[in-house]
Amino acid sequence: MFALMAASALVMAPVSATPPYAVPGEEQVDPYTPGAQNAGATPFAGEGMARAFHGQEGIRRIVESFTRLSYDDKVIGEIFFKHDKVRFKRTLFEQFCYVLNAGCTYSGRDMASSHKDLGVQQADMNRLVELLQQAMSREHVGFAAQNRFLSKLAPMRPDVVKR
Amino acid sequence: MQIHSPGSRAITAVSILLAACVLPMAAHARPLRNEGKLLLTNGVATVEGASGGGLAPWATIAGNETKDGIGVSAHATMDELKDYQYRSAGVAVGLFNRVELSYARQNFNTQKIGAALGLGQDYTFKQDVVGAKIRVLGDVVYDNPLIPAIAVGVQYKHNLNGNIVRALGAKQASGVDFYVSATKLILAQSVLVNTTLRLTKANQIGLLGFGGDRNDAYRVQFEGSLAYQMSRRLAIGGEYRMKPDNLGVARENAWFDGFVAYAINRHLTATVAYTDLGSIATINKQRGYLLSLQAAF
Repeated sequence: MFALMAASALVMAPVSATPPYAVPGEEQVDPYTPGAQNAGATPFAGEGMARAFHGQEGIRRIVESFTRLSYDDKVIGEIFFKHDKVRFKRTLFEQFCYVLNAGCTYSGRDMASSHKDLGVQQADMNRLVELLQQAMSREHVGFAAQNRFLSKLAPMRPDVVKR
Repeated sequence: MQIHSPGSRAITAVSILLAACVLPMAAHARPLRNEGKLLLTNGVATVEGASGGGLAPWATIAGNETKDGIGVSAHATMDELKDYQYRSAGVAVGLFNRVELSYARQNFNTQKIGAALGLGQDYTFKQDVVGAKIRVLGDVVYDNPLIPAIAVGVQYKHNLNGNIVRALGAKQASGVDFYVSATKLILAQSVLVNTTLRLTKANQIGLLGFGGDRNDAYRVQFEGSLAYQMSRRLAIGGEYRMKPDNLGVARENAWFDGFVAYAINRHLTATVAYTDLGSIATINKQRGYLLSLQAAF
């Protein structure tokens, strides 16, 4: 299985050949095996959700403002403080875009590895949800669609809240 | 209170359960966190003081805190019915989003009907309710969407009008309710579903005492809540609450409500509801508007 995926990753990315854990311009993270299952959720069927989030452009704006809100937040900012913002934005965009079925693949780590040792508490995750809601509202994503998206993220909690 | 009344036994059982639940949590003490819960996910105070949907207790824990904190809340509720006036006020403590302890005082003013029933104008039935609830498993918002939060609870109810409720046919002036609630916010549909099963002998939730000539045994009653989340701050919904019908002279009906709950800010939630409480103390069609304010920290 892993050999197969590694092989297919090689076949699909023969030109740039930079592994997703060592992208130029980003801090390197520990090597891992990329794959769609790392996204932690299956994508929505159909194009409805991608449309509700205004496609890749809308998702990019949401990720942009969500990232700014999170890094600047007085409650959870300190968790993000030392975190590579460039890599965070890229992988988060890929994950949202993949789950919303807006035409992306996710190349980041799985949720357990990417949140390991961050010391996220339940109140932090709730704050994060509030900031994401703010970012989605700024993009004028309807509340029902916001909740539908959150329904894909809510089951990730056991991998995120570790203490 | 007698030493071996069901109430004191229930309270002893609750204390032991509480000790078993709270002591291990206190043992690995960390600094407490403040203001952790998402808006509306602490529910609103029920008429008996437990957190929930107004009529039915949910598998929520009162107060704004997560598993890392201790939250508190207070509420005041008024329900202006066709012939009666209901008032309640209470406080609740939520420990580590696991255990909830609550107290409520209920006043049920019979207004003019009191005179007609020979009790006197504005005769008021009063009851104290002390409750404890423990969330056994699951989460209302997170984790597996198919696994609801499940809580068990107990409510010790002490009616302060013992002689009158006995004269009406009630067998006891105090009683204990036991319930289990399963609650989930189904995010994909923005719908919250709650189902509660309650073991009770209470007449009109205890305001008319416990047990009666028609029945003096515990019966299982179903309570259900359905709510739709319109925004972070606003939810609308309806509830249904089955009740026993123990008193031959004062038959009773299931209760219904339709509600709008609004989180004014992180600490204040206002609820407005249309309630249909059916027949109460021989007078039918007790419908009216309920207003409830809750402060939570």
